[in-house]
Amino acid sequence: MSSYDDFDRAKTPVAIRLRQCSCTFNGSGKGRTAQTALHPLDLEIRAGETLVLLGPSGCGKTTTLRIISGLEQPDAGGEVWFGDEEVTNLPIEKRDVGMVFQNYALFPNMNVAANIAYGLRIKGLSDDALKRRVAEMVDMVHLNGYEQRRISELSGGQKQRVALARALAVRPRVLLFDEPLAALDAKLRDRLRVDIGQLLRNLGITAVYVTHDQAEAMALGDRIAVMEKGRIVQLGTPREIYHQPRTAFVADFIGNVNRFKVQGRDAEKLHVEGGYLRAGLHLDAPVLYCRPEDIEICAPDSAPLQGRVLQSVFLGQSQRLLVDTGGDIPLQVESDSRQRWFPGQPIGLSVAGEALFPIADVR
Amino acid sequence: MSQDVLATEGQPARRAVFHPVLKRFRRMASHWWLAPALGFFCAFWLLPFVQLIAIGAQPDNSSQTLGYWAVLTHSQYLWSLLSTVLLSLSVSLIAVAVAGVCGCFLARHRFFGKSAVLAMLTFPLAFPGVVVGFLVIMLGGRQGLSAQIGQVLSGEHWTFAYSLTGLFVGYLYFSIPRVIMTVMAAFEKLDPSLEEAARSLGASTWRVVRDVLIPGIRPALISTGAICFATSMGAFGTVFTLGTRINVVPIAIYGEFTNYANFAMAAALSVILGVVTWISLSLARRFAGDSVGGGA
Repeated sequence: MSSYDDFDRAKTPVAIRLRQCSCTFNGSGKGRTAQTALHPLDLEIRAGETLVLLGPSGCGKTTTLRIISGLEQPDAGGEVWFGDEEVTNLPIEKRDVGMVFQNYALFPNMNVAANIAYGLRIKGLSDDALKRRVAEMVDMVHLNGYEQRRISELSGGQKQRVALARALAVRPRVLLFDEPLAALDAKLRDRLRVDIGQLLRNLGITAVYVTHDQAEAMALGDRIAVMEKGRIVQLGTPREIYHQPRTAFVADFIGNVNRFKVQGRDAEKLHVEGGYLRAGLHLDAPVLYCRPEDIEICAPDSAPLQGRVLQSVFLGQSQRLLVDTGGDIPLQVESDSRQRWFPGQPIGLSVAGEALFPIADVR
Repeated sequence: MSQDVLATEGQPARRAVFHPVLKRFRRMASHWWLAPALGFFCAFWLLPFVQLIAIGAQPDNSSQTLGYWAVLTHSQYLWSLLSTVLLSLSVSLIAVAVAGVCGCFLARHRFFGKSAVLAMLTFPLAFPGVVVGFLVIMLGGRQGLSAQIGQVLSGEHWTFAYSLTGLFVGYLYFSIPRVIMTVMAAFEKLDPSLEEAARSLGASTWRVVRDVLIPGIRPALISTGAICFATSMGAFGTVFTLGTRINVVPIAIYGEFTNYANFAMAAALSVILGVVTWISLSLARRFAGDSVGGGA
């Protein structure tokens, strides 16, 4: 009984710190050289926050997660801290982490309840306490009535719920997600994403979430670390990342961007191909960017920017227009979904000054 | 109207419609394609096998009783059957245990010279039973390695080649590579994140082996064990090389057939050997839920 009470005490969330963690994989066999998966990386994940590691495949996000989990060791000199404890040399089984995998990784030889109970059984919880905790977890992930099901009888979404319950049952210090929704279809993915988001907020646990899906990153992350080629290129809140991307890569990876080359300027106008932009704060930048949804469509004759529709793509809730204003890359513009557009049709555009942003690494 | 539309939803898309006569013709035509296979099956398997079963039911030369009955009542034949089964069983179990560990290690580790080790381990697959028998004699025969070592250490020739022990060593020698190959393939198919998940939940290496690895490759272990069993039951070359005094079923069949021209007995023993092996394979198939091939 007392063991359950001990176990039941909610843990205070811990911060995770990575210091100079790099990771090099030794090539084996002839002609293969060592490959750097991760350049020396410093990262602080605050206690109780959800940090999303976002990037294309091969960017080092999974390696970072595996270093945090203990499945991978950083190169010599790297340090991993959970709160005040250095865990660099602790193997994963001693780190007290919960992991959720892309392919669920549920034990096929055990039913739902036994999967959830697995970690508790290893901890040596009494039968009574174990049953109570499993019931609690089943309830939490809304799988009541499925306790005795075999894993093969569950849908993908249900499997991932079981995996989540199994990871959380042992009250880990840190929760780690490795692309947990990537194997699910779109509708299910959205639903489970909302559920996971709610759960993370309620639990207040420190979580690291790896994904290549920007929508997932935006919805779940308190902060997002965008990674490229083994480095973090930008770390910030979803709003910062979206509205003030620091590099062209970030701007392009998260959503779509339009690019304006400034050809000349006067008091309040920046002249670009096809017309002018109303200058906001960025009078001196040679290249400015904006998101497709920030371009407004207006009457062709009086509009500051003029062009012709090249193509319209119907997306259901909106449509995406490609507009030629004379620049080398057509502009992407969002239009409401009822209006009809034909190739060659003249169109007027305007961009609010505050929607424009420069990108530091583009000269 | 809208209900009609709903009602047809969820049904499989219709296939192209053929006239019934045409359809029957097509089906018959497809049967004719089976004719050569069927002919082959009858000529080389069914007819001889039916004859074998019939011969086995004829009176045995010595006891003048039904061949099958003689096998089950004469201690000599029964003992031969029992020792063959026990030998095959112990070979299979030990091969699975030893090669299982080996296969696990080989599948999970990359090291210098791994392909050479693999090639060496699987080399016995290239040998016929006669050569395996020869190797056992070189190891445990009268002039063999163990005899020489025994001579030096205790003044006695240690020989084991011409007994069930020698046969056991020989069978183990050609069973282990099969198991290693199967186990390695099974391990490579096993999702590594299962092991990682168990470890993240605090499982020690031993628990990972017990809870994840062994259940994960269980079908492969059962099926490869069954094939070892079937192969050992029917193997002939090795035991023939080691000497005809070893009382296992294949040698008994050979003896009855060639030395005593006791066809009824040879046939009865053959059928019973086949049935025992077949039962073991089908049991394995049921427990493994996997495709288990036939033995040698």
